[in-house]
Amino acid sequence: MTQIAERPETEQTTPPRSRLVVVGNGMSGARALEEILARGGGDRFAITVFGDEPYGNYNRILLSEVLANAAGSVVDNEDADDEIYLNPLDWYADNGITLHAGVRIVRIDRHAKVVLGDDGSVTPYDTLVLATGSRSFFPPMEGMWASRTALTRGVFGFRSLDDATSMLAHVKDHRTAVVIGGGLLGLEAAAGLQAHGVAVHVVHPTEVLMNQQLEAEASKVLRSKLQDRGMHMHLGVKTSEILTENGSVSGVRFTDGSDLACDMVVVTAGIRPNIGLAMVSGLETQRAIVVDDKMRSVDDDDIYVVGECAQHRGEVYGVVGPLWEQAAVLADVVTGADPDAEYHGSRLATKLKVAGVDVAQMGVKTPERSSDEFVQFSETGRGVYQTVVIRDGTLIGATLVGDVSKVAALTQAFDSRSALPEERIQLLFDLGSADDSSAVADLPDDTQICNCNGVSKGDLIACVEHGAESVSACTAQTRAGKGCGSCKGLVKEVVEAALGGAGAEDPADSYYVPGIPLDKPTLMREIRARELKSVSAVFAALAPEGREHVGSKMGLTALLRMMWPDDVVDERDGRFINDRVHANIQRDGTFSVVPRMSGGVTSPEQLRRIADVAEKHEIPMVKLTGGQRIDLLGVPKEKLQEVWADLDMPSGWAYGKSFRTVKTCVGTDFCRFGLGDSTQLGIDLEERYKGVEGPAKMKLAVSGCPRNCAESMVKDVGLVAVEGGEWQIYVGGAAGATIRKGDILATVDSHEEAIRLTGRFLQYYREHANWLERTYDFVPRMGLEYLQAVIVDDTEGIAAELDARMQETVDRYSDPWAADQQERTPGQFHDALPLVPLPQVPVR
Amino acid sequence: MSVEAKLGPVGQIPLGEGRAFLVGDEPVAVFRPRSGGLYALRAICPHRGGPLADGLTDGEVVMCPLHHHQFALADGTCRTGADDVAAYRATEEDGELVVRLG
Repeated sequence: MTQIAERPETEQTTPPRSRLVVVGNGMSGARALEEILARGGGDRFAITVFGDEPYGNYNRILLSEVLANAAGSVVDNEDADDEIYLNPLDWYADNGITLHAGVRIVRIDRHAKVVLGDDGSVTPYDTLVLATGSRSFFPPMEGMWASRTALTRGVFGFRSLDDATSMLAHVKDHRTAVVIGGGLLGLEAAAGLQAHGVAVHVVHPTEVLMNQQLEAEASKVLRSKLQDRGMHMHLGVKTSEILTENGSVSGVRFTDGSDLACDMVVVTAGIRPNIGLAMVSGLETQRAIVVDDKMRSVDDDDIYVVGECAQHRGEVYGVVGPLWEQAAVLADVVTGADPDAEYHGSRLATKLKVAGVDVAQMGVKTPERSSDEFVQFSETGRGVYQTVVIRDGTLIGATLVGDVSKVAALTQAFDSRSALPEERIQLLFDLGSADDSSAVADLPDDTQICNCNGVSKGDLIACVEHGAESVSACTAQTRAGKGCGSCKGLVKEVVEAALGGAGAEDPADSYYVPGIPLDKPTLMREIRARELKSVSAVFAALAPEGREHVGSKMGLTALLRMMWPDDVVDERDGRFINDRVHANIQRDGTFSVVPRMSGGVTSPEQLRRIADVAEKHEIPMVKLTGGQRIDLLGVPKEKLQEVWADLDMPSGWAYGKSFRTVKTCVGTDFCRFGLGDSTQLGIDLEERYKGVEGPAKMKLAVSGCPRNCAESMVKDVGLVAVEGGEWQIYVGGAAGATIRKGDILATVDSHEEAIRLTGRFLQYYREHANWLERTYDFVPRMGLEYLQAVIVDDTEGIAAELDARMQETVDRYSDPWAADQQERTPGQFHDALPLVPLPQVPVR
Repeated sequence: MSVEAKLGPVGQIPLGEGRAFLVGDEPVAVFRPRSGGLYALRAICPHRGGPLADGLTDGEVVMCPLHHHQFALADGTCRTGADDVAAYRATEEDGELVVRLG
């Protein structure tokens, strides 16, 4: 039976390099080769590779993508550039490897140390690597086979490039496919076929799809998502027969006797390791070829095994991660790079997309001992399901379906067995501003913390190392957190960690403004008691050594204007430039002009006037704002008064820490869905509260129905009309640097009540919020229930006072554009950058 | 080379504010803090070209209105990590503002 074939001539002429033969040219064979070459194996061995598929090796994981792609693009094996090929044919030649593609090795003669090919060849080896992989399992079933070796026309496995390309050819003129086996591979095949417009039915013998990776609940979520995408599921049933007509598939019959018509069947009922060669050659096999920790056959020190055909410590792996690890150990041992290297098994972590649904799984699926912790989150409406399993404080398993955003952190915890947060749910969610200091500690130094001002973690740490002793000192020096402010929490964590933990209590955090060491209630008490009515008077009376502080002036100005609406002493140097000239400074030193357009309602006459002004003054850009107004951009300071006069419209206060605008939808006037007159209510609100100054800007909106077209739920105050003539009043919403849905303060049944409660809430906010604290921070800080009690239920008996103080502010309103037609200070509107060409803002 | 310019009455700068002037070819922002004295800096913020004369000031620094970098009035040193700005001498002579470059 053993043929004595001639040895190839090369063997006789070359010096005795050791001969390495690899049987199998799939992913594991190729990977093992690469690892061997990387360790200098190319010099040490004469390498020969046998692969029974007539291609260079390719990435099997991408098979489903091949299937999903348009037919034909990958069929051509000359197309060596295609990324499915791990190594093109040239790669073998370049590395001096002899490749026998299409030759199947049928036996190993371990005594003669040769392998015998089905082409009659005999190839000697010193070291042999078996990477024979696995093949599709075809359950015994009537109608499956056309002959002993050929499947019935229309029946496919899904394992090789040939399988994929012949399926691609077939789907072109067939309409209905049945996929037998709803495991990972089956679902990938199903998704690929669906992409070709084929109706897909998945048949799976249990209720649990992907039961290798998922437990029942996770599988249920996956199933409903796949069904949403139009995939048909037949679960808990088995196929008993493939029906044929004229030699082609015409349907399948289930064990309950029912039939399903189809013109294509894909069998993905599992894989079986290819161990025939090992068995006939006398190697120990169980489910696969049994290996030791050095990836050697337990029977033969010269034969190594890698990949899906290897059984190590009872485990046979069918995914790539373990295969990579095995190949590395094998190469270490074979090349002598590390003769003591050992493989100790792999912890499995899988992350994949099944038909557009993200799935990640690692470790155990469910708790196995009564002491295991099990955290479970299910939001079936959104198709999200997540679990973690914890044993003795260590993550031993996690399953994520639909939302895998936390997979990186979980994988890290799983691999490193690192300490877990006390609140286990933090493994799955970022809980608001949770003090996740371990996460901050893990950030590399070059991580940008403040994205507005480009301040890295390292910059903040350097600040502390150079002697800064508080968060405020670091932010003052780096300006971190002084842009949009959304990173303030993170900045605080970084600095506190650098200062050596939470011990660094910073009293400055509670000050209303940094230059005066008092919190807001105390400051207001002092101001009232001493009747301090100007910014300079406050500094003189309350600042350390009476010293002025530049960063405190705006906040004090706003506070005094709120506290003394009648008789505040107007010191213009206490105002920011915007408030000195009632316009918003732009990057080139020009200003923007936004006239009030209450409720976003305008008229042809008004638009005509704005157009005339824009032309007359050659306004470089006219733009609609997010608050439903018109912005005239690029106006030089010295032209502001003239532009205002020509517009003859009131200021829209688009520059101040003040009540800005009320965005509205068309409400009941025109909208067929409108439930309340949102336009009129918006106009009334804006006319009443226009220009009211506060600790930060206040943006409002009114929507005429819950479709919420004016985006009321993400405004500082937002009103929504609901059926029954009522208005819901949302407070504390935001959709800027921070996004927050507002909380319902109250539901009221009249415009008057809506206007009154809005004013009362704004007045309470003006009096109690910290400087620059937007409502989205203020409302959660005070607590919604508390605000409802004080503002709606008047539990403290201050409602009437709040209303009266707001009324006083409203009564004292004067339009700043009209008022400042006369210069208030010398050179108020003089150019601050005389005669120098500045970086120009490009104009469209 | 030293340039000296008489720029008119000091009162044209409101107390606590700054105003911009051209001295030769140099744009200069002059500040008149409430705590006393006169200070002159190059009028253009070295960070992104902001108009320093429009900035808020106290007795020690001016804060650029664009990105809030702070510069010492006395010598132009930046306190917030940007480049320093040139500082000049500003004085009051017989009620008139005088700025010297170089």
